Amino acid sequence: MALRSRFRPVGEHNWGDSLFRWITLASMWVIPLLMAGILLELIRNSKLSLAKFGLGFLTSNAWDPVAGNFGALSSIYGTAVSTLIALLIAVPLGLVIALFLAELAAPKLSALFGTAIELLAAIPSIIYGMWGLFVFAPFMARFVQPILGKYLGFLPLFQGPPLGIGVLTAGIILALMIVPYISSVTREVFRMVPPLVKEAAYGAGATTWEVTKGVTLRYSMRGIVGAGFLGVGRALGETMAITFVIGNNHSISASLFASGNTITATLANEFTEASDPIYLSSLVELGLVLFVITMLFQVAAQLWLWSLRKRLV
Amino acid sequence: MDKSLRSDFTHSFPLSPDGSTDLDWGRVAVSVRHLEFFYGKRQVLFDNNLDIQSNRITAIIGPSGCGKSTHIRTYNRIYELYRDQHASGEVLMGDMNILSSSVDPIDLRRRIGMIFQKPSPFPMSIFDNVAYGLRINYHLKRSELAERVEKALLKAALWDEVKDKLSHPGMALSGGQQQRLCIARTIAIEPEVLLMDEPSSAIDPIATAKIEELMLGLKANYTIVIVTHNMHQAARVSDFTAFFHEGRIVEFGMTKQIFTNPRIKQTEDYITGRFG
Amino acid sequence: MTIRSARSRHMANSAILRISTLAAMVGLAMLIWILGVVMKEGFGAFDLDFFTKLPTPPGMAGGGLANAIAGTIMMTVLAILLAVPISILAGIHLAEYGKGAKLATSMRFVTSTLMGVPSIIMGVFVYTLVVKPTHTFSGYSGSIALAIIMLPVVVRTTEDMLNLVPVALREAGLALGAPHWKVILQIVFRSAKGGLLTGVLLAVARVSGETAPLLFTALNSPYWMHSLNEPLANLTVTIFNFAMSPYADWKSQAWGASLLITGGVLLLNISARLAFRDRNRNK
Repeated sequence: MALRSRFRPVGEHNWGDSLFRWITLASMWVIPLLMAGILLELIRNSKLSLAKFGLGFLTSNAWDPVAGNFGALSSIYGTAVSTLIALLIAVPLGLVIALFLAELAAPKLSALFGTAIELLAAIPSIIYGMWGLFVFAPFMARFVQPILGKYLGFLPLFQGPPLGIGVLTAGIILALMIVPYISSVTREVFRMVPPLVKEAAYGAGATTWEVTKGVTLRYSMRGIVGAGFLGVGRALGETMAITFVIGNNHSISASLFASGNTITATLANEFTEASDPIYLSSLVELGLVLFVITMLFQVAAQLWLWSLRKRLV
Repeated sequence: MDKSLRSDFTHSFPLSPDGSTDLDWGRVAVSVRHLEFFYGKRQVLFDNNLDIQSNRITAIIGPSGCGKSTHIRTYNRIYELYRDQHASGEVLMGDMNILSSSVDPIDLRRRIGMIFQKPSPFPMSIFDNVAYGLRINYHLKRSELAERVEKALLKAALWDEVKDKLSHPGMALSGGQQQRLCIARTIAIEPEVLLMDEPSSAIDPIATAKIEELMLGLKANYTIVIVTHNMHQAARVSDFTAFFHEGRIVEFGMTKQIFTNPRIKQTEDYITGRFG
Repeated sequence: MTIRSARSRHMANSAILRISTLAAMVGLAMLIWILGVVMKEGFGAFDLDFFTKLPTPPGMAGGGLANAIAGTIMMTVLAILLAVPISILAGIHLAEYGKGAKLATSMRFVTSTLMGVPSIIMGVFVYTLVVKPTHTFSGYSGSIALAIIMLPVVVRTTEDMLNLVPVALREAGLALGAPHWKVILQIVFRSAKGGLLTGVLLAVARVSGETAPLLFTALNSPYWMHSLNEPLANLTVTIFNFAMSPYADWKSQAWGASLLITGGVLLLNISARLAFRDRNRNK
């Protein structure tokens, strides 16, 4: 074949590539723009209450739509307590389920149970709310709370009428919702434990539990903490399930049986009712508080997981 | 060829039996001059100079990691896909330096084709695989397209095995067949030069033999450069051989001479298996 | 040295084994409990009217949720149309042009962070951005809120799926003289098709069960839709409203809607899994 010595000039093909690249770049920038936009809009629309209450908003227990006096404390308290209860239940439960799925169960069984746990995460939160309000809360009121009240009633935590709805029930349902996240992340972390080390431990005559305790958990501790972070992030933002069962009461009580409120439930219940500007602004400010808290957790979780990955590489 | 440039090579060219330093130059398809290559700050190719002859098979051999693949990947500028890799120097085709920004890489790749180590059929039918390059580069009528696809598959010695199943997915073929499909796909657009980067290292010996046979047949119409870590393959199929070591071309000459009477000790050591 | 009693070690071991198995069973039992209740109460509400009629005024028996079903489907489809093209393009940029660049890592970070924003905050955001200035609740704003929730999910899965496509395929396409964008769309995309579909299905599954973002964007409506620029009936907000009401037939319809939503979401999840497996089988 004859050698051709001429090339077509550059530029004929380039515009297609440049255009495509620009379109994809612009699309990518939508994400940070959204993040910034959300933050800005939240701040912009809570200016009234930011000005009126200042930092006191965070420490005030008030919630008086008539007088126009609002404070975030009761909502923050409910958010914190329900999340804490959820963590206390979900982390051990998720850990132990991950252990079952990763180490103990036969593959087919592990697949079955694994799918079941994952489906728990797929169920929409409002369904948890329905089940919570109509089935689980009555169950708690009839069976669980009376027993807790009888044997542990000396603690202020378990005092008060067993209504079923309340912070405890909300926390338990929340736990159920975040268990799949904890267990799936923990499973992944378990998988990353080098098999040779485990084999060595087994070879030394250790039981499964001893291998788990001494080897697997030790390697996985950081990852499990990361899973905890993710669970918290999820729990903080949970709305519908909590709204159904928390009782929607702007008060702070030591008892877990009491009803309360979370930031998300307050927003869900009252946003459309907010007639006057200061009310609406306070609600938006609540949203801002939640946004900031959630973001801080997200950032912390990401950094933690990032540092974990760096260590492993 | 420019005599002054030729003198750069005399130290590494073989002496023919009568003592002259003239090689059977014929026409040169690609000339490499002072090619250097960098991964970020790390330099991996040092002052590469090479002439690739038309319608011949040039083999590039050397221990792994010596830069052979990196070298030929400059010919079609495929390295431009990676942001931290860059080349300096000249790779001349005709009188144009194809590394320069005034040469369109897309146009370049129509003229220089590449076969990769791992057969990579596209997720399409066999027909569409072969037709892909044709559709991209040329305006062809349906009948012309079908004709060229058949021609390419014939040349790649794959037609008989797939003529009844052109609509089957390309990925359903065996490893050796996939590689021949990739060859058909590349020669369908009729490049002048074929770069082959370890084309048979990922496939079985029988399929390898078929591909080597194929290469010898393609030589008549294409210029072929093959990178291989298999010295026996190089000895079997190539006319010229360049021996690379740590990013430099240590010796270059006719294959027969390189393998029977290497001039440089390093070459001899490699060929006799003392290292690599 | 005294030997630790093998017996006590085995007892500790089997205790933990038993606890783990128990925990897994509790998880499974909860799932069955919830799904069981939803199915039992939900099927009770299903009749022809449920699927074909509009809601009746409070207190009046009968009626259905036809408008809500239509509304949910409509908003979900609109959300897909709004979110998927942008997300896929963004994912393409991260996978194809962003390799190793610092920008890409920060973008991944921001994407993950956006995924963690509570959905009710999205609702507040769209309220302040769209509802307030236009002085009306609308199906549009509801769809926008859902789209914003879908966005980071699809971006992330697109990027992950495209990254799974071997580099060799891209190089082969480029080596034939194809421009980069054609290589991406015609080769890489095709190769990742199944995975991309999975990502979209999972995002749709997540979004179709959402209530919070619709509470103050689309709101709810007892009527058929006339335009998307007014409150739009939808299943999830209906569940919320009806469940909190004192009327038994409304509560029953809330269960019916719950069953529909749950069924839809689980179906999408299963389809996503099948799409993923299909992709792996074709390799």
